[in-house]
Amino acid sequence: MNISLKALIPLAVFAALCIALAIGLTKDPSELQSMMIDKPFPEFSLPNLHGEGLLGNEVLEGNVTLVNVFGTWCAPCAIEHPVLMKIEQTKAVTLLGVNWMDTRENGRDWLKKHGNPYTYTLSDKHSSLVQALGVAKAPESFLVDKTGRIRYKHTGVITLKAWREVIEPLTQKLEAET
Amino acid sequence: MRALMKTIIVLFALSLSFSLSGLAHGQNMQGNADLESRAREIGKSLRCVVCQNESIEESNASLAADMRVFIRERLAAGDSNEAIIATMQNRYGDYVLLDPPVQANTYILWFGPALLLLGSFAWYLFRAKRKTVAVKNQPLSEEEQKRLDDMLAEGRK
Repeated sequence: MNISLKALIPLAVFAALCIALAIGLTKDPSELQSMMIDKPFPEFSLPNLHGEGLLGNEVLEGNVTLVNVFGTWCAPCAIEHPVLMKIEQTKAVTLLGVNWMDTRENGRDWLKKHGNPYTYTLSDKHSSLVQALGVAKAPESFLVDKTGRIRYKHTGVITLKAWREVIEPLTQKLEAET
Repeated sequence: MRALMKTIIVLFALSLSFSLSGLAHGQNMQGNADLESRAREIGKSLRCVVCQNESIEESNASLAADMRVFIRERLAAGDSNEAIIATMQNRYGDYVLLDPPVQANTYILWFGPALLLLGSFAWYLFRAKRKTVAVKNQPLSEEEQKRLDDMLAEGRK
């Protein structure tokens, strides 16, 4: 009895390995790690989608900002958009749009059609800011504190539930920071 | 003659589309073959983050094309290959590297199989040795000896 139980050890090790690997398989590898948390928001200088000139990091200063990467080609972004409109109405946070891989005309038309929740919108046609943020898919959002530091990353569509339960409370917390 | 003309036109169209696609994908660093070959080397070691198992050098995704442009910009600005790869790793995490780096959280990946092999071999040696020892040092019990004697006696009859 003693010996036969010990003989099962290799089998047990094998089973443990299988279980660990099986758990690994259920994880989505495209859900990237949050590399940007607590890092300063990357330096940028991008065309203003509306109007002329370039916008830089000064648009983040002094406010808690929700930076939202979107594209007119991105179907989930259209689903997310009404939630952003609602968030804008609460005036709880400043919204900064990053219009990704679009022509400025397409971006502007899309916002005209669906409504514009953003205080500022950047045109990132060639993925320069998007790459600096480590974004692979849209929509993706970052909550930036008053000092321009990234504090939270939300991958995928912001639902009303995610806003109420996670992002809004965090915004209030960051707003209270000096 | 017409067939020849057709072939020439097709070949011309093909070559044109190849050179156009090269331009469209931001893969040209004209006049600097050295930087271009370095750019391709870096591109081959980085994963296209939207296509899972393709390098950004092979991928047709627009983000991969923008990344190829970024690599060439950094090279032109004088960055080393390692610095560019480190920048990408800082942004997208280890996932962006096609070869997993040897570091604390990947030791099990790199050394696990060898350890498992050595471990199983050690286990085998240990058990094999113990078995021979067990057989050597086990004389028959009194009862067994008696049974054996009886059987032998039975056979001699």
